[in-house]
Amino acid sequence: MGTMTIDGKRVTFTDEKNVLSVIRNAGIDLPTLCYHSELSTFGACRLCNVEDDRGKTFASCSEEPRDGMVIYTNTLRLMKYRRTIVELLLAAHCTDCSTCDKCGDCSLQRLARRLGLRKVRFENTKERQPLDYSSPSIVRDPNKCILCGDCVRMCAEVQGIGAIDFAFRGTEAVVTPSFMRKLSQTDCVNCGQCRVVCPTAAITIRDNTEEVWEAIADKNTRVVAQVAPAVRVAIGDAFGLPKGANAMDATVAILHRLGFDEVYDTAFSADLTVMEESKEFLERLESGENLPLLTSCCPAWVKLVSERYPEFKDNISTCRSPQGMFSAVLKEYYRDEANAQGKKTVVVSVMPCTAKKMEAKRPNSFTKGEQDTDVVITTTELSKMIKESGLAFDKIEPESADMPFGIASGAGVIFGVTGGVTEAVIRRLMPDHKKDTLKMVSELGARGEDEIKEFSVDYKGRTLNICVASGLATAQKVMDKVKSGEAHYDLIEIMACYRGCVMGGGQPVNAGPRTKQARQEGLYNADNTTIIKKSDENPMIQDVYDGILKGKEHELLHNECFV
Amino acid sequence: MLDQSYYDKVDEIIEQYGRKESSLIPIMQDIQGEYRYLPGELLQYVAKEIGIREAKAFSVATFYENFSFEPKGKYVIKVCDGTACHVRKSTPVLEALYKELGLSKKKHTTEDMTFTVETVSCLGACGLAPTMMVNDEVHPAMTPEKAIALVKELRGDIV
Amino acid sequence: MTTIETRETLSQIRQEESDKRTKEKCRILVCAGTGCVATGSLKIYEELKKLCEDDPDVEVELQEHVEHVGIVKSGCQGFCELGPLVRIEPYSYQYIKVQMEDCKEIVDRTVKLGEPVERLFYEKNNKSYAHPKDIPYFAKQTRIVLENCGNIDAESLSEYIGVGGFSALTKALFEMSPEAVVDEVDKSGLRGRGGGGFPAGRKWKQVAAHKEADVKYVVCNGDEGDPGAFMDGSVMEGDPYKLIEGMMLAGYAVGSSEGYIYVRAEYPMSVARLKLAIAQLEEAKLLGDNILGTDFCFHLHINRGAGAFVCGEGSALTASIEGHRGMPRVKPPRTVDKGLWEKPTVLNNVETYANVPGIVMKGADWFRTIGTEKSTGTKTFSLTGAIENTGLIEVPMGTTLREIIYDIGGGLKGNAEFKAVQIGGPSGGCLTEAQLDEPLDFDSVKKFGAIIGSGGLVVMDQSTCMVEVARFFMSFTQRESCGKCVPCREGTKRMLEILERIVNGEGREGDIELLQELADMICNTALCGLGKSAPLPVLSTIKAFREEYEEHIRDKKCRTHTCQALREFKINPEFCIGCGKCAKNCPVGAITGVRKQAYNINNELCIKCGACKDNCAFDAVYVEV
Ligand SMILES: Cc1cc2nc3c(=O)[nH]c(=O)nc-3n(C[C@H](O)[C@H](O)[C@H](O)COP(=O)(O)O)c2cc1C
Ligand code: SF4
Ligand code: SF4
Ligand code: SF4
Ligand code: SF4
Ligand code: SF4
Ligand code: SF4
Ligand code: SF4
Ligand code: SF4
Ligand code: FES
Ligand code: FES
Ligand code: FES
Repeated sequence: MGTMTIDGKRVTFTDEKNVLSVIRNAGIDLPTLCYHSELSTFGACRLCNVEDDRGKTFASCSEEPRDGMVIYTNTLRLMKYRRTIVELLLAAHCTDCSTCDKCGDCSLQRLARRLGLRKVRFENTKERQPLDYSSPSIVRDPNKCILCGDCVRMCAEVQGIGAIDFAFRGTEAVVTPSFMRKLSQTDCVNCGQCRVVCPTAAITIRDNTEEVWEAIADKNTRVVAQVAPAVRVAIGDAFGLPKGANAMDATVAILHRLGFDEVYDTAFSADLTVMEESKEFLERLESGENLPLLTSCCPAWVKLVSERYPEFKDNISTCRSPQGMFSAVLKEYYRDEANAQGKKTVVVSVMPCTAKKMEAKRPNSFTKGEQDTDVVITTTELSKMIKESGLAFDKIEPESADMPFGIASGAGVIFGVTGGVTEAVIRRLMPDHKKDTLKMVSELGARGEDEIKEFSVDYKGRTLNICVASGLATAQKVMDKVKSGEAHYDLIEIMACYRGCVMGGGQPVNAGPRTKQARQEGLYNADNTTIIKKSDENPMIQDVYDGILKGKEHELLHNECFV
Repeated sequence: MLDQSYYDKVDEIIEQYGRKESSLIPIMQDIQGEYRYLPGELLQYVAKEIGIREAKAFSVATFYENFSFEPKGKYVIKVCDGTACHVRKSTPVLEALYKELGLSKKKHTTEDMTFTVETVSCLGACGLAPTMMVNDEVHPAMTPEKAIALVKELRGDIV
Repeated sequence: MTTIETRETLSQIRQEESDKRTKEKCRILVCAGTGCVATGSLKIYEELKKLCEDDPDVEVELQEHVEHVGIVKSGCQGFCELGPLVRIEPYSYQYIKVQMEDCKEIVDRTVKLGEPVERLFYEKNNKSYAHPKDIPYFAKQTRIVLENCGNIDAESLSEYIGVGGFSALTKALFEMSPEAVVDEVDKSGLRGRGGGGFPAGRKWKQVAAHKEADVKYVVCNGDEGDPGAFMDGSVMEGDPYKLIEGMMLAGYAVGSSEGYIYVRAEYPMSVARLKLAIAQLEEAKLLGDNILGTDFCFHLHINRGAGAFVCGEGSALTASIEGHRGMPRVKPPRTVDKGLWEKPTVLNNVETYANVPGIVMKGADWFRTIGTEKSTGTKTFSLTGAIENTGLIEVPMGTTLREIIYDIGGGLKGNAEFKAVQIGGPSGGCLTEAQLDEPLDFDSVKKFGAIIGSGGLVVMDQSTCMVEVARFFMSFTQRESCGKCVPCREGTKRMLEILERIVNGEGREGDIELLQELADMICNTALCGLGKSAPLPVLSTIKAFREEYEEHIRDKKCRTHTCQALREFKINPEFCIGCGKCAKNCPVGAITGVRKQAYNINNELCIKCGACKDNCAFDAVYVEV
């Protein structure tokens, strides 16, 4: 608590971690390229330098606010320094903005423009490095890396993976997997969180839109889209919608206009997941085997368990993810010639997630030798397709999802936030769906900001111990405790992305704290406004069980094992 | 592929420093001391054994100049190019060695793996500048001629 | 060695040791510092030892109770260029450049008869000097840190104890509270010798104040990365015990029981001596738990650097000890609050610690009598470059550059004309003629855009090209940049590019201003001291020698002919006999001529390699001024 003078104006501060936050709260958008409030302070870009009353300059991201400080943020020399720093970065950068994937979203580009940089006085003498296309999820372009280290810290600190790190030093420094290998040769779990924080196009989403355009153009192909819950609260970012607004209906309409033959809601198959997973949970509780049950809807998490905790492989729920269930059921539906009517079916899933691209290619995402989900595109890629088409998102007449898989419960929708799966499963286990019961379930502890959420719930006289966490570093803390016997749970829900899929690796970037919160709230609001709250009350679910799924539940909804 | 003896040796070194993150550098130093380079396979092995990420181990190894993934020659010649040596004309010494051995700034080791020529900033014997170090031995007051003579002597040439 | 578990045993050993000394008829100190070892002093040591042992008239040191001769390996005696050095006590004869064939005479005349071997004395201006104290080089120095260096066996704990070693620790443990030790150091005004000049006492206070911490660390910075500096190395190899005692005092003062010494990779001898010293101290129980029967415990570890100058920076150094890349981190948190493994840490330089035993023993007031008011005590320097006497020196703070260069250093080599002295290495700047009479202390030097730094003094004469020197330092810092922050990683690279093109004759109008602009930005925005100070050599040479830069850029001339690309080779027809040897050796065929007539160089083709000049037996090829 104290006051400081920023550019001549008195500003009070409370518990801000650093001077930078105080400056930003005071309404000055001081430029930075290496600061993320959720990562440790690195101090590499030096753009956040400010000047004190004695003319001393210091980096505001790493200075504690002190009472009585007098600082200036926009003196002539600071402006010159910043411009030169950006100039130096651009001089060592392959600056082909107009054909760059990040053009328009790029922090470096934006800064160059904002600071009025007009000329780069130095030649780029760096040798061009090859791009790494080995991962199905992300592409690394070392030529565009500005060595801010955000990806490295994200991967190590938040995800606890450490697939990439700095190597060499000085002007030879690079960010790379060990021994300059390709990303596919590492234990990268494809979460794409590195890409979320990367300010430039050095890490981008592996683009699969071309395949979608081609499928749409093919007259003999039925192109079916499924849209994941988290997409609806983020897709509007690029089109000026209020943050976190539920744009599902507009998205459906847009997809139709883009040429998709059918558009469905993945929240529908999330309901299927709830049915299957709660059944499985009850069975395991009964038998006492393979507890705790580990959720399986996040492929990055599943990959982590199989690689780092192989002894818990059998604990992973055998349920396919909502994406997997949906595609399997849909493909099965069109295997019937009567339904197919001579057309080939291509399932495109629109996901907040880069790891889903990997999941779709996993051997157990195939049914009868066929890949269930043909193409996975992320929210960001869909935005691009919309922009390319020229369709006006804000002027489109909303439409609802197609039938027969177009109805979803609120429980299915909240899959997009951390704790959502758990809440949905508990709702299913509750004997009734009275308002009070639902309220009680929502207050059990699955929601909220805590790193690790532990709570218990009574089920038929038995206490179920549950743990909900997001972020894979946190997940590993949980697993280490389980492994050592320090913690005992019956159910563990993990989402690889901190806060859940709303903050997935494929979502639009540059989301500030308010956006993050708005996306979460957006999904809870969507839940609040649905009439159907519980998965088992979704009328379509019963139809599906009675129809297409009959006798094939296992084949279509479960995985044999995770490898 | 390295044979088992390498791994046995590394196990021994690891035991000495303990399985912790802070052991990484001393372990790499000892491996490098033993084999005059740091075989990549061994680094991977060490990372696994002491429980750190491979990318991290690679990151640390490439940060420090002393670690090399390339085998070095039998004689590692470090020509000092510290300030004292530089102002007393160390560059001609280095150039003479490069010329004599057919090496360059990019190529440090001779084909026959006898000599590696590197530069170093100060060996702590500035009073005797220019200096150079052959393996662990410091040679004072070098001249291009003395350097070449030394190389010939080490090579066993009869001058 | 017996264990020393009480203060009584310690004084007993001290007594025995001094008795032993009185029994010593004579004592041969062979310098075994890095410099002298390089010139072959270890062979001299072996030879002298063998000669004494083989001689029936000489008793060697093993016979403790009879009159005997002691032969020991000392640390750097300070006059490395004239090594191998041998000193013989009690006569205090200083022999220089001792060769194998001199050993016999030394034994026969000096050891047996106490006679000097005059021809091995140092000579200057036809005057021969028998004793170090008479040699101007030594006479003008004040040796506190280096008092034992070169005077005792650097590998003998008992000798260190014999000369009063560990009496400061004893005094602290038995007569002073930890607070009193901190106070004494604080009052002494001792400032960090590693470059920054931060008051050591204040640092210690801050660490001592962390009463809550379960663990604290004492770290010694022995990374000494400045190329051209070897003071810390000399202390570590010449008097390792003193450094350790200083660290133990710090441990006691701030409440720490764990110490780390980080030694530069290129100092194998320092590592060896420190390891030996630690092993001896552990065996004697002077390191470990309950030292001298008190509650004080101290454990000491050694880390070797792995070749990264930036690891001399405090936070990079602790990162390196922890097993990470040596990348400096942002501060706060400060090392005193969260240093090694995020625990409160005292991090000081070798020389800083080596000053502490003296301060504790003789008191802050004594220390303040040496040096200047704001920079107390002495400073060691390594005096190198174009100077007559190179070596390791120690003078009171505030000594002028003139005294150092002319009185101690004996003036420039070959009576050349003084041009500048680079102080503080790649982080420092150059001082010129105008500053010769300024006192050298932390604050004065700063005023001239340089820093005392760790104490490297490289003297340059008129034949040194200052632009080339600036390029040299920039290439050093650029190579050593950790690459973390943009100003340093990218900015120093661009500065180097500009300097390279200037010395290559491709300088452009406006380059000086561009250098200054980049320098200003880097100094004010870089993360750590490496970047912040990297442009200083450039700035200070531009300031003092701007016209040299301009000549390079505008006239494409290097007045010292250092810059190869700017040299113009010519053949003097008066001397040329037309032998054609130059033409044969020219790699690019730039020389043409007719036999027996003067040859000609085509400067368009010439790549300035100098082969013609080297090959002309008649000195006909010259470089145009
Ligand atoms: C790039 C860089 C290199 C440094 N190298 C050394 C060094 O080799 N030795 C040293 O004692 N201090 C060095 N320092 C200074 C240390 O950061 C630190 O200030 C010092 O060790 C503290 O000890 P002192 O207060 O006793 O001087 C260096 C600083 C920087 C920025
Ligand atoms: S990464 Fe940014 S600055 Fe670089 S080319 Fe792409 S848009 Fe331009
Ligand atoms: S912004 Fe400039 S560089 Fe880019 S396309 Fe337009 S005119 Fe060309
Ligand atoms: S995708 Fe995730 S695991 Fe892979 S490198 Fe990026 S952050 Fe690390
Ligand atoms: S890849 Fe992106 S996030 Fe990572 S260091 Fe480079 S620019 Fe920064
Ligand atoms: S949390 Fe969601 S977005 Fe993130 S990796 Fe898992 S499934 Fe994908
Ligand atoms: S100033 Fe240079 S050495 Fe220091 S942190 Fe920045 S890049 Fe690294
Ligand atoms: S070598 Fe000398 S003397 Fe012979 S031709 Fe050349 S310049 Fe003339
Ligand atoms: S300096 Fe070299 S290139 Fe020029 S003339 Fe002489 S030998 Fe030929
Ligand atoms: S934000 Fe402060 S240095 Fe990058
Ligand atoms: S500069 Fe070469 S030994 Fe110090
Ligand atoms: S090493 Fe012998 S005098 Fe310096």
